[in-house]
Amino acid sequence: MSRNARINGLLLLVVVALAVLPLALGLGDHKEEPFAGADGEAETAITEIEPDYEPWFSPLYEPPSGEIESALFALQAALGAGVLGYYFGLRRGRRQGAPRADESGAEGA
Amino acid sequence: MVPVSQETGQGVSTIHEVLERVCPAMHIAEGFLPPAHAVAWGVASAPFVVHGVRSLTREVREHPESTLLLGASGAFTFVLSALKLPSVTGSCSHPTGTGLGAILFRPPVMAVLGTITLLFQALLLAHGGLTTLGANVFSMAVVGPWAGYAAYRLSRRSGLPLMAAVFAGAFVADLSTYCVTSVQLALAFPDPSGGFLGALGKFGTIFAVTQIPLAVSEGLLTVLVMRLLTQSSGGELARLGVLVAGKSSRAVAR
Repeated sequence: MSRNARINGLLLLVVVALAVLPLALGLGDHKEEPFAGADGEAETAITEIEPDYEPWFSPLYEPPSGEIESALFALQAALGAGVLGYYFGLRRGRRQGAPRADESGAEGA
Repeated sequence: MVPVSQETGQGVSTIHEVLERVCPAMHIAEGFLPPAHAVAWGVASAPFVVHGVRSLTREVREHPESTLLLGASGAFTFVLSALKLPSVTGSCSHPTGTGLGAILFRPPVMAVLGTITLLFQALLLAHGGLTTLGANVFSMAVVGPWAGYAAYRLSRRSGLPLMAAVFAGAFVADLSTYCVTSVQLALAFPDPSGGFLGALGKFGTIFAVTQIPLAVSEGLLTVLVMRLLTQSSGGELARLGVLVAGKSSRAVAR
């Protein structure tokens, strides 16, 4: 493995560790709902700070279930990852193709 | 679920519970800013987005070859803001991904790309919202990119290596977004006893603690993508002023 690839791998490893450690160490155990991250909770929270507060607008479309919502989040991540993958793939292909194109151009001349 | 009937302002524990439950959602939920606040943040964000659309169209017209990299920057924001990651506080939150584009294309462009991401989430995921779009755009697509860009430039000027500056930019862009969100919430929902500053102190403390590891993750991922870019798109980075032209990408990548 080249030094470059090792550094990239190490960066990814640290990111994964940062995400996994709170789970592995059980840092969410003191909460009723560990590792919740829902907007629904934020809504309840503001209602608790200001019990009289009434949200005056509701979302035009709400995913009917948590499953659909995570599907849509996955779709968002997949779209982004797809475009990023396309970009880097295209660049790599062009870079690899460039010398070959030069060669064939030279042969043809 | 804690019953909503709990009284407000009943000491720190209640407020902390409340705040811990506000903080996981970075984007302020639909209908959860009073109309006056919603309008004010919309008015504050609008000029930045309009200016951003102008700089984006100018960039694409003058340098059509940068369209792909612009797309990649938007895609990075898309991926990162869909990644809900667990944090040390036992809550989940997600990074923003706006630092990369701000460093590459300057912050105005990110006002547009960030707004697109927020619109997608508001319309399809009921995450964030249309009435709170102005406030969310202001935190994630305006302040985050500008603060991150400033941190990046300052780090570069003070002689830090490129990748350290990129890390600083992405870290600050991520963290400042959440700071602004807590200011916005504190303005709308001041603490019954401590007022605006009281609410801000509490919001800010918890936001920061939850977000710091995520901001580190975002910084590392941005460095990773920038390293891949220096290897694959050195010419383009040189044109954008990120890499010094003529210097080998290898030397700078370190």
